[in-house]
Amino acid sequence: MTRIAAAPPSTRPGRPRPFAERLQSIPLLLIIALVLIVTVYPLVWMLLSSFKTADEFSSGVIWALPKSFSFDNFVRAWTVGKMNLYFLNSLLSVIPSLALVILLGVGAAFGLEIMRWRLKTSVSLLFLLGIMIPIQMVLLPLFTMYFKAHLLDTRWALILTYTVFGLPTTIFFLTGYFKNFAREIIEAAIVDGANIYQVFWKVVLPMVMNSVVTVALVQFFFMWNDLLVSLTFINNPDLRTIQAGLLNFAGQYGQREWGPTFASVTLAVAPTVIVYLLLNQKIMKGLAAGAVKG
Amino acid sequence: MERTLRDWRAITIFVGPALLLFIVILVIPIVWSLGYTLTEGSVIAGFHFVGLSNYARLFQDSAFWSALWFSVKYAALVSAGQVFFGLMLALLYSFYLKRSSVLVRTLVFLPVVLPTVAVAQLFVKLFAITPQYGFLNSFLHAVHLDALVQPWLGQGGSAFWVIVLMDVWKAMGLYAVLLYTGLMDIPEDTLEAARLDGAHGWKLTQFIILPLLTPVIVTSLIFSLNGTLKVFDSVLALTGGGPGTSTTPLTLYMYKTSFSYSQYGYGSTIAVALTLLCLIVSLIIIRRSRED
Repeated sequence: MTRIAAAPPSTRPGRPRPFAERLQSIPLLLIIALVLIVTVYPLVWMLLSSFKTADEFSSGVIWALPKSFSFDNFVRAWTVGKMNLYFLNSLLSVIPSLALVILLGVGAAFGLEIMRWRLKTSVSLLFLLGIMIPIQMVLLPLFTMYFKAHLLDTRWALILTYTVFGLPTTIFFLTGYFKNFAREIIEAAIVDGANIYQVFWKVVLPMVMNSVVTVALVQFFFMWNDLLVSLTFINNPDLRTIQAGLLNFAGQYGQREWGPTFASVTLAVAPTVIVYLLLNQKIMKGLAAGAVKG
Repeated sequence: MERTLRDWRAITIFVGPALLLFIVILVIPIVWSLGYTLTEGSVIAGFHFVGLSNYARLFQDSAFWSALWFSVKYAALVSAGQVFFGLMLALLYSFYLKRSSVLVRTLVFLPVVLPTVAVAQLFVKLFAITPQYGFLNSFLHAVHLDALVQPWLGQGGSAFWVIVLMDVWKAMGLYAVLLYTGLMDIPEDTLEAARLDGAHGWKLTQFIILPLLTPVIVTSLIFSLNGTLKVFDSVLALTGGGPGTSTTPLTLYMYKTSFSYSQYGYGSTIAVALTLLCLIVSLIIIRRSRED
């Protein structure tokens, strides 16, 4: 790490690098290999292990490759482990929450950044406060509220909570994007006779769509990965989301059955991995920006 | 123009629903939670006013202090680890790998998006001792270090380090990207000038890069501390807070007090302590970074 900034002049394209320099890059390659092994290997191990039979776990070497690619463990996790149900439950609470948080968040950000009114700074600060508050602070009053409104053990308890806890970051992100939005475009649209709703739907929204997608992705990960909220407000095993289901599954059968446990963990991470593989640059940017502002 | 942008009905339509939901589901419950701290009871048993006795109990409760200590110790170590390894990775990306770092960045970031419960199940298997040796114990056995084989998650001391390790592993990619972005923002001219003045390697890092990167490092630390003080999923899924209460952070203590023992008043008091802790930590760091 002592030659961090050395910029070798001989790395110009087309010219072979001197031997000494290539030798120097060996420790570097080792570091990179180590970083990749540490990051990726546990996941590869998990995936491969999910194909192993019970026999292979009890008698085989733990890092050996599976003898065959049988999907038995996945079938067991999916049906006996009820992962199918948990999957569906997660989808049914995450998708409406995402839709709501985006709809309400984009509207609020537009109203807070583009429109002109006296209290807008105070209201922005109020939303900002939401970023700092740990969810534990409101867990008990929400439990009471949902209990009294008969919303406990319904998806509404999750949808409402996810939406509200997603709002502060969504609004914060989006007001940031709206800040840089060229005001001339809005002014021109108004001069041309557009009303404020047309400005929102036809002018502003299409132009910030890219940012909206980023925000939605970030929120997706928070909601899909949530444990605390679903654990608190859902008691009925048939309504459990995937994380709560996984926790329960591993606690109940996991001590004895490695195969189905690995398979269920693989199933639980699959959607996030797939979304990530498809859109990783956008997600990295979005989550990093969220971190800076959060 | 002015009239269109000041249309109060439109403002209500745009901001109103979000604000209403936010107030009902977050702002009112915050106040409500403060009210709970003055009571004892639960939804089912009913509440009665007890004044400040929950706060008095907090100060005498050794379980609270040990949970607080766990949270602080854990947050300090994990945040330091996340930001340190993030910084090392960021330096690797920007000075060695340069433009070709995309693949490495993408792979190192992958654990960030994985559900914590799933990652924790994976780590349980990595460190398991029963019913079969997990990865680490199998490895120790294979290299004839059987003396080191142990229930890593079954004893408070080593379980703590497994939790730390997992959370550093899971999030370092995020801080790497964050700090990498910060590094990219340092103008090449500044670095070039420093190099002409003879600053290379560690000297360049120490005197030019780190000072310029301080704001991003501070932000990363605040974000990391804020997240790690709220640790819940990883602990619950890895150890359930045990053995005993040896790996119980404030969040889990609050959760168990509230939902296992139905003590809403005391649970809320712990939640208030947690909230204060998060706010104080953020404020201290922000102030110190301003002084620098």
